[in-house]
Amino acid sequence: MAATAVFGRRARRPRQRLAWGSPSVYFVALLLIGAMLAPVVYIILGGFRTNAQITTDPAGWPSPWKIENYADVLTGGTFWRQVFNSTLVAVFTTLGVVILGLMTSFIIARYRFRGRGAMYSLFAAGLMFPLTVAITPLYILIKNLGLMNTLPGVILPQIGFGIPMTIIILVPFVRAIPDEIQEAASIDGCGRLGFFWRMVLPLAMPGVITVGILTFIQSWNGYLLPLFILNREETFTLPLGVQAFASQYSVDTAKVLAFTSLSMIPALVFFSLFQRRIVGGLTGAVKG
Amino acid sequence: MSETQHESVRLAPDPSPGLTKVGGDTPVVSPPAGRRRVRKGIGWPARLEIALMTGPTLIVFLSFVILPVAMAAYYGFFSWQGYGPAEDFVGFRNYLLIFEDSTFLAALRHNGVIVVLSLLLQGPAAILLALLLNRQIRGQTLIRVLIFVPYVISEVVVGTGWSLMLHGDGVVNAILGKIGLGWLQSEWLSDPKIAIWTLMGILTWKYIGFAVILFLAGLQGIPEELTEAAAIDGASYWQIQRRITLPLLGPTIRIWAFLSMIGALQLFDLVYIIWGQYIADTAGTSTMATYMVANGRTAGEYGYGNAVAVVLFLISLVAALIYQRFILRRDTEGAITGGRR
Repeated sequence: MAATAVFGRRARRPRQRLAWGSPSVYFVALLLIGAMLAPVVYIILGGFRTNAQITTDPAGWPSPWKIENYADVLTGGTFWRQVFNSTLVAVFTTLGVVILGLMTSFIIARYRFRGRGAMYSLFAAGLMFPLTVAITPLYILIKNLGLMNTLPGVILPQIGFGIPMTIIILVPFVRAIPDEIQEAASIDGCGRLGFFWRMVLPLAMPGVITVGILTFIQSWNGYLLPLFILNREETFTLPLGVQAFASQYSVDTAKVLAFTSLSMIPALVFFSLFQRRIVGGLTGAVKG
Repeated sequence: MSETQHESVRLAPDPSPGLTKVGGDTPVVSPPAGRRRVRKGIGWPARLEIALMTGPTLIVFLSFVILPVAMAAYYGFFSWQGYGPAEDFVGFRNYLLIFEDSTFLAALRHNGVIVVLSLLLQGPAAILLALLLNRQIRGQTLIRVLIFVPYVISEVVVGTGWSLMLHGDGVVNAILGKIGLGWLQSEWLSDPKIAIWTLMGILTWKYIGFAVILFLAGLQGIPEELTEAAAIDGASYWQIQRRITLPLLGPTIRIWAFLSMIGALQLFDLVYIIWGQYIADTAGTSTMATYMVANGRTAGEYGYGNAVAVVLFLISLVAALIYQRFILRRDTEGAITGGRR
């Protein structure tokens, strides 16, 4: 269960101080890290070069270092508008997924009613409906709703597709809250909704944060849905923006590299802030 | 199947109707005398809460997930250009056309190759790396974070970056020339013999971190006592890994293989970004999803595109069900296709 997996990580026994161990292990680890990071470093460094430098020696170091590419991107309005759009979409998607998912998980985990099992199965089956399959009719649906080229047109479907995984992760969390807590709250005059608000919400917070971070990053990186729904440039999110920029300035490689590396930064910062939870949450979620 | 346990009857009324215990084997509110099975004794306030707290979720989920899938199944039977009502009912003609189109069959074959290569390349590599990183070394946390970086970067950035690096005059060929491996220089993206391997390389780079993290988590769940006991009995390192670690890592490997397979069948973003919608065909990297977009929305044939979506869905579903039935069965007990908890 996701809950035990996530809780379990905390309970790991403290590791005793280690000897350094075999150098060959470090060598392979270094090679691996090098292979993983070299392309990222290349993209960032490339932004500090000129096109002439890149053409004459694609594999060279920046000499001299140029900040014009980055400065151009950062002072133009396009980049910031796309950051703003991406942020709006990601924040509202995350809020929607977390709020709706937690409420529904609470009901499924702690209310007994006819159709509860069916409801859970319905959401769990949603895992089998990937966005890729639904995208063409979704586009038609959004068009009929008049939501083309609007951010809600991206946010609402993203919430829908985020809900199954959220419920799968959160139901065990809510179920794991001991009954004694609920009874105690009830004796103290706390109704069911008060229990939800004062007990379930704080106690399920680790799961909520994990789900929230995963949803945020997924939304931030989302490509297919914005590609279909957002056709006007002022509504572009960052991934669409990167692609549009890359084709618009296809001869200006250095500038494309600068734009690309700037667009990586928010996800990387977000990831480094929450890496422990993301790595833990992913493994917990998948171990299901 | 979950309804059976609701049928039991108990004597005292529940102090908090509608709320149940964790285990699910709690007694159930009894039906008042005279009326049979009155909705398990849930009061109106509880029903209202259920409606208010699941209603919005159900509406969003049904409208934006279930409805589009149903629409795809419906429009797949029409020849329809995306505006006005769909009137030109063509039965199964779209589906016949799909399986007669050699472009689609090629895309399907590419998907198959990607599934197999992902499992054969990424799986063993990720297991070896996880075994390696699971040894007690310093900086383990840092290593984990760093190998996970490509997974966090968006597909668009990955695609844009790699296509700049891999094109004819790009940095990869330049480095090969510099270190004396000039004979290896190639048209990585456009040569049909090479492109699918290039794609596999990029996919491995992007997603292997995820597999390694998963396997590391699995490895840490294996009790040290087992490997210690085997070591005392004189087992070598590799014997221990093969006879003890790998079998115990089985469930994690099977879940990863499932996710990898479904992901490979539905691959879209990276191919579409790097190869565009038309070049992918000639470079031999097109997938069912890129075929769907190119021949559906881009061509303005929405009925046909929906039929492709249905085929893509059915292929994934059948693959998932077969996999679950024969391989995942003992691990998950239907957690993905709708078990109860």
